Amino acid sequence: MSELPTGGIDCDLHPAVPNIAALLPYLEPHWREMAITRGIDELNTIAYPMNAPISARPDWRIPGLPAGSSLPRLQNDALDAFGSQIAICNCLYGVQALFSEDLAAAFARAVNRWIAAEWLDRDARLRASIVLAQQSPDLAVAEIERCADDPRFVQVLLLVAGEVPLGKRSMWPIYEAAVRHNLPVGIHAGGAYHNPPGPIGWPGTLAEDYTGHAYAFAAGISSLITEGVFQRFPELKVVLLESGVTWLPPHLWRLTKFWRGVRIEMPWVDRLPASIVRDHVRLTAQPFDAPDDRDTLLRLIDHLQSDDILLFATDYPHWQFDGTAALPAGLPAALVRKMMIDNPRATYARLSETVA
Amino acid sequence: MSRHVVAAASEIPPGGRKLFTIKGRPIAVFNLGGEYFGLLNRCPHQGGSLCEGVQTGLLTSPSPGEYVSSRGGEILRCPWHGWEFDIRTGQSYCEPDRIRARQYPVEVAAGVEAALLVAETIPVSVEQSYIVVDV
Repeated sequence: MSELPTGGIDCDLHPAVPNIAALLPYLEPHWREMAITRGIDELNTIAYPMNAPISARPDWRIPGLPAGSSLPRLQNDALDAFGSQIAICNCLYGVQALFSEDLAAAFARAVNRWIAAEWLDRDARLRASIVLAQQSPDLAVAEIERCADDPRFVQVLLLVAGEVPLGKRSMWPIYEAAVRHNLPVGIHAGGAYHNPPGPIGWPGTLAEDYTGHAYAFAAGISSLITEGVFQRFPELKVVLLESGVTWLPPHLWRLTKFWRGVRIEMPWVDRLPASIVRDHVRLTAQPFDAPDDRDTLLRLIDHLQSDDILLFATDYPHWQFDGTAALPAGLPAALVRKMMIDNPRATYARLSETVA
Repeated sequence: MSRHVVAAASEIPPGGRKLFTIKGRPIAVFNLGGEYFGLLNRCPHQGGSLCEGVQTGLLTSPSPGEYVSSRGGEILRCPWHGWEFDIRTGQSYCEPDRIRARQYPVEVAAGVEAALLVAETIPVSVEQSYIVVDV
């Protein structure tokens, strides 16, 4: 495919907090004092190490600052370059890793105020996900309630590898609040790093860490399905962000096989897991993780058994592709249009309040 | 199809089951509260012997965390991989429209009528009633 259609909706891009000083004005006085007195440094996890190639495209880097930390650069590099009508900001900042739940919630509030003031107020094309201290579901719900009146917040944001598997009932208040406010639950790669990113222990390389997120997503989807989250919240939509795509069908084949044999463990799961996924789960299409040849690509798409579940995303400023090749080459034009416009609109109900 | 007399009705009491070989086919006959049902004794998944499976109820749930069992004894769980089948219809739980155990019609016939049918290896008397499988 040569050119992307314009007017697309970019469902995953990452404005970066430039440094903690930028957040201080958005912390409440007590927490500002705590941040200063306790000498809290940048809340960086081991995810997306600043100098690693995959963390930012060379042409999207900003000397001396994290890539993605400049609004004019994001406007130029992402919004204008891809002709996006709307773009959804998913700010990755290490609030989910903090062991103090109150401190985490304070930083989540600060990040959300910062996103609204420094980004949403300054470009009408931008929307954002509500960053949550997911280690404390009660405080996460309070933050959803605080932000929900602003229609520019179109989703809540969780990381795939938190303290507990995502389907656990302790997490359900978050899903209940999301449904109440018509917000999909975005689940992004990354985590609290309180557990190893893969199930066999701590890896020694970035490659293992990053590819390991696919295992976390597989486990997360199994958890959401088997624990009955979608039966309890039939209106819930989940968007897997930066999850990769092609791992999903084989994982569902395997999950389905076990469901057939041991579904008595989960009698509330009363239909094929793939059918639940088609109704409730969406995925952003960067990274995609497919080989280059078109036949294989189309076969992989076919395995998804739905044209409704893929969403366009640039994953700016992460380095998944070069130029404007944000979609795998060879996708049918009708599917491209669905991924860029129809599917995001169907997924994010709040976009229809402002998108023409 | 032909009708085969396989046993006296009293031989399979309610809740009971028995395996027969009819026209070379292994067929399991079940008595559910006085009604008889026949299933090919071969799971459509991998061929497991359904007759050796646990007979259980239908487990459903109106909401996560709630477990409701109904229709006690009417669900057959394959001993190999746990797939469940409705003894009344042969339908699988997992994909009832696509995957089902083959069913054979079973009826109870009075001895007078049974005497006119194909008796497998059993003597038929007019005083008793008999299980007749259509194969």
